[in-house]
Amino acid sequence: MKSQNKSLNFSRRNFLKTSVLAGGGMLIGFNLLSACRPEAIVPVDISKLNFNDFNAFIKISEEGYVTIFSPNPEIGQGVKTSMPMIIAEELDVSWDKVSVAQGLYDPVNYQRQVAGGSQSIRFGWDALRQTGATTKQMLVNAAAAKWGVEASTCSASQGIITNANGDTLGYGEVVKEAAILEIPENVSLKESKDYNIIGQDIKNVDIHKIITGKPLFGLDYISEGMVYASVLRPPAFGKKLASFDDRITKGINGVLEVVKFGNKIAVLGSNTWAAMKGKKALVAEWKNDAKLESTKDHDTELFKILNGKKFETNREDGNVESAFRNADKIIERTYESPFLPHNCMEPMNFYAHVTPEKVHLVGPIQTPAWTASKISKLLNRKPEEIHLEMTRMGGGFGRRLYGDFAEEAAQISNITKKPIKVVFSREDDMTAGTYRPAIKYRIKASIKDGKITGYHLKEAAINGNMYGLIANFFPAGCIPNYKVSTANYKSKITTGAWRAPYTNFLAFAEQSFFNELATELDKDHPSLLIELLQNVKGTKDERIQYSPERMEETIKLAVKKSNWGNTTEGTYQGFSAYYSHNTHVAEVADIVMKNGIPLVKKVTVAVDCGIVVNPLGAKNQVEGGVIDGVGHAMYGNFSFKEGTPQAVNFDNYRLIRMQETPEVSTHFVESGLSPTGLGEPGLPPAGGAVANAIHTATGERLLKQPFINELEMSKSKILG
Amino acid sequence: MPNYTLKINGEQVTVTVDADTPLLWVLRDELTMVGTKFGCGIAQCGACTVHINNTAVRSCSLPISSIEGESITTIEGLSDNGTHPVQEAWKEIDVPQCGYCQAGQIMTAAAFLKENSSPTKEEIREAMHGNICRCASYNRIEKAVELAAKNS
Repeated sequence: MKSQNKSLNFSRRNFLKTSVLAGGGMLIGFNLLSACRPEAIVPVDISKLNFNDFNAFIKISEEGYVTIFSPNPEIGQGVKTSMPMIIAEELDVSWDKVSVAQGLYDPVNYQRQVAGGSQSIRFGWDALRQTGATTKQMLVNAAAAKWGVEASTCSASQGIITNANGDTLGYGEVVKEAAILEIPENVSLKESKDYNIIGQDIKNVDIHKIITGKPLFGLDYISEGMVYASVLRPPAFGKKLASFDDRITKGINGVLEVVKFGNKIAVLGSNTWAAMKGKKALVAEWKNDAKLESTKDHDTELFKILNGKKFETNREDGNVESAFRNADKIIERTYESPFLPHNCMEPMNFYAHVTPEKVHLVGPIQTPAWTASKISKLLNRKPEEIHLEMTRMGGGFGRRLYGDFAEEAAQISNITKKPIKVVFSREDDMTAGTYRPAIKYRIKASIKDGKITGYHLKEAAINGNMYGLIANFFPAGCIPNYKVSTANYKSKITTGAWRAPYTNFLAFAEQSFFNELATELDKDHPSLLIELLQNVKGTKDERIQYSPERMEETIKLAVKKSNWGNTTEGTYQGFSAYYSHNTHVAEVADIVMKNGIPLVKKVTVAVDCGIVVNPLGAKNQVEGGVIDGVGHAMYGNFSFKEGTPQAVNFDNYRLIRMQETPEVSTHFVESGLSPTGLGEPGLPPAGGAVANAIHTATGERLLKQPFINELEMSKSKILG
Repeated sequence: MPNYTLKINGEQVTVTVDADTPLLWVLRDELTMVGTKFGCGIAQCGACTVHINNTAVRSCSLPISSIEGESITTIEGLSDNGTHPVQEAWKEIDVPQCGYCQAGQIMTAAAFLKENSSPTKEEIREAMHGNICRCASYNRIEKAVELAAKNS
């Protein structure tokens, strides 16, 4: 396995350092972040390093217990469990000797960490295995030296080193010696058939704390003398603060201080309730600062884009215009999605204490490095004065990539010099969002002699467009004349990444469209996809992101496991398949109709994510992603009227709940290939599978999310 | 500010807060019992669920003045070290993803099973419908409630 040796040469210089611990035991420092992001800074010369240059650590005690300090942000995607599993596998210790702690080192070193893009496992795979394997080899080398034998005659398994005579030493017995040895150069990695931990069902490492209500989350963080801040922000995008009156607020028990910063007003209270009450009692006047946008304005603008000619071309193969001219038949459809708020169950919050010495920040954040750097600039403080600690996060979904709430906390503490925690109410959380932008896709295809000859996808989106790689997803390479064009409308409404950015809606549009093409060609939807995939096999086009072979296998597995085409009376099926975030997924939705409204009974999912590190956690991610995808396609509805969000809390914003939840049956394609991420890829195909099942049931094509609005409208038409 | 005396997890507690302060914020801010979570503030999501005399209630919308003298159980007091059958089932099924809503889910399930010790699937789904899990761990919540019913 040449590639592994190549990366080992790279790694032994860069990423490990060992040391004897004063209290006994061995400490191994390594950069997990070099693992997580390709652009992460990796130190060059190990001789000049100290432990502060590392952000992840393994401690092996003299009793043989292993503690892995995991630095990666945990947002519910399970990396706090799965990443240490990979180390423990190659270190070759039994999982019950392993405990996992959130990294506790100088928070300055928490600056190269991020959770996003389903990338932690994919980029961590090689480095995590090398860390474990190299450490194991050092322990073996130490034992061999102790016995006076060649290391090659010794082996290690389950924390025990054995030599040719059958003598044994536990890892703990040689840690002191191992820690001062040179870092070995050629370590071998296990073959997947020898795995003891990877591939096993390992439970969430925080489960006991979660089910007994121990403090874990940002909202649970408390410091001596801390006070609470509730912030009044402009009520509409495009408004700014004119004046305010805080007389009533200041008369409320527990209100300590009212502070204006920028266009916002913070009410500080000795408890959360006082701060929230104080905010509600503020009387503020706002003035218009920009055009106040409504959803109907966005609709007009996006349609103007779709009907116009100002597009960027993301990819172009052949000539779609000529294919359209020569077609037997043209099909064109426009698919529409609303904005969506993230609605993490833990509302946004952050702690800040600004003192002359440092800026201490604690809270739930997916991007500690970016946020620390923004706050350093905002407060004009040196980067090394920013100390940021991460807590477990009550959901992320992309919202916690944006540190606006941490910046607010830093600003308020900077003004008041108090240790404060900004707490968003649900209304704050839903109305001061970084929303999934509203997008419209127009897809046009040509059919000639029973074949799809041309395909043109146009994207009109708010504020930004799909990232470059997406144009190289399916069906790129499958259709000779293919084009992806994008354009956007700049809006005042803040938008950002939302679980599976762009593909969360694009997959619905594309797979609904292919379902329609299949109907038109009188073909079965999965068969049509498989037929098209043959065209890209053996391609030399390196831009193509997906694997046609893996996609075909995944589709076939979903077809088989879902009993595709053989349903009981009254149950209707819909198919959808999508590649995103390096993972191939196919889904079949089984629905029943009740009074014109679908109830999704079951979703059968086939997934190819390579080696499944932790099947128990992996299934949880897929189940959650699918139900999330079904829920938002069915119910997610968020609109604006004159810059003001029209939903503010769960009484007028509908999230999927237990009785609407399908059973999710998850099946992994057996694979020895490197693992890829699972936080996102289960979601995108779900909406299309449901829409296609609704078409099977009713003949109606749903082109607009949320489905519930369209269905209620059809129902009222029928009922008159 | 007035004093209020409550019995929380078997212990008599007196707090001095405004009459309209919701039980949620008394627990979290005054008593630093942060296991009970804030989700929506309007009794719509269930993250703040606690028991008053064995009945599941939404602590975010219960002013302290309305529950003077009541006996309250929170997630911290549901059992000794997470040994309640519902908590055991949550561990066994490995329910949580982010974990934030789970204390509320567990409290809802525990109160429900006290009322109905051998529920049908449909009854479980109905009983748990009021608690939102944004990670959508609903399949496992359903299984864990079934398992807890079997084991208790």
